[in-house]
Amino acid sequence: MDRIPILKLGGVLIVTIQVDMHDRLAMALEEDLTAMIARTGARGVLIEISALEIVDSFIGRMLVSIAAVSRVLDAETVVAGMRPAVAITLVELGLELIGIRTALNVERGMALMQARLAEEDRHGSDRDGLED
Amino acid sequence: MSMDGAGVLERTLTEDEAAILDAWNVALREGTSLRSGRIREAELQTQAKTVFGQLRDALASGGLDADSESFAPLRETLADISRSRAIQGFTPTDTANFVFSLKEPIFAALARTSDTDASAQVAGVWAAGKVLDRLGLQTMEVFLASREEVIGRQGQEIAELSTPVVRLWDGILALPLIGTLDSARTGIVMENLLQAIVDEEAEIAIIDITGVPTVDTLVAQHLLKTVAAARLMGADCIVSGIRPQIAQTMVHLGVELNVVSKATLADAFGVALRRTGRKVVRQQAATEERR
Repeated sequence: MDRIPILKLGGVLIVTIQVDMHDRLAMALEEDLTAMIARTGARGVLIEISALEIVDSFIGRMLVSIAAVSRVLDAETVVAGMRPAVAITLVELGLELIGIRTALNVERGMALMQARLAEEDRHGSDRDGLED
Repeated sequence: MSMDGAGVLERTLTEDEAAILDAWNVALREGTSLRSGRIREAELQTQAKTVFGQLRDALASGGLDADSESFAPLRETLADISRSRAIQGFTPTDTANFVFSLKEPIFAALARTSDTDASAQVAGVWAAGKVLDRLGLQTMEVFLASREEVIGRQGQEIAELSTPVVRLWDGILALPLIGTLDSARTGIVMENLLQAIVDEEAEIAIIDITGVPTVDTLVAQHLLKTVAAARLMGADCIVSGIRPQIAQTMVHLGVELNVVSKATLADAFGVALRRTGRKVVRQQAATEERR
């Protein structure tokens, strides 16, 4: 079965989704990512979906659940590069991906992640009280 | 019975053509169509003559069924006439009366030609009424369809005109909304905004609703959808231009916009500048010169 490669860059795991997501691929990604976070102690996960043209409620739910699992393992999730059509579809489906941070592209996503990690380092583990 | 009526009617129309046409032209002249100055009398008479001729031909070949094949040329002529009436801005009454004003001259002619035969006269009147009513209704249908087409086209043009996305600064977009938000317009607005966010690599989008006359729960829902979609793309939204009355109505209705909102576009722009790490400073030299 195909797997989506996960790259590690500093303390951040990068996933770019460049194929059509089907359900089993999505579930495999969630498993791999969880294992990888646990193994590497990554602090952030950046999922790049600019090549993703079609989403359904399952893929949307998968993104939310990856974010939730990552948070449990103390890693922040950023979704980057969502296409307008995908954003509209998700909103129409009622999936607003609450709890996931978003960025326009990978560059912004990395900047966001780094700013966040730097802030956490400065303030120790008190992360929740520091929104903006 | 009905064949009888059609026969009587057709005979009357053929025998008494000149008198009926004259009377019809008088009726048309006295009607309101000419008074508006949108159509000339000669044109009206030409139309009347064409319609009359086609009506007679249709009756001769196809009886009384105004939906049948033999009435097709007449229906087409009437459709053209009522379409142009709709575009020229005639009232529905004017348009319908073009057909209905033919009734009286025909009834009068029937009375003249068959005054000795009461049953033929009744049959003729019934036939004329049936055909003309049907034709009048068809005229109205085309009239309404044309009007709706015009309205639809205007609506589309307004929708295209009124959803501009303006670039205020690097990475800051403004979307001044004007007019009522319905789901169709929200769709267009959302698409335009999201595409602009991608094109301009915007971080912040300001949705200004100064031009939105009312905000009810539905409009608020549409706004929230747009905000949510922009957030998914990685851009923050600020809603501005909420007028005092609208703010009160929204609170009374229990509508909640869970987004950053500001009273004016200027305030929102200030917030956007601050968030992107910018600041507007008054030039010291300029102020001193003025003093």
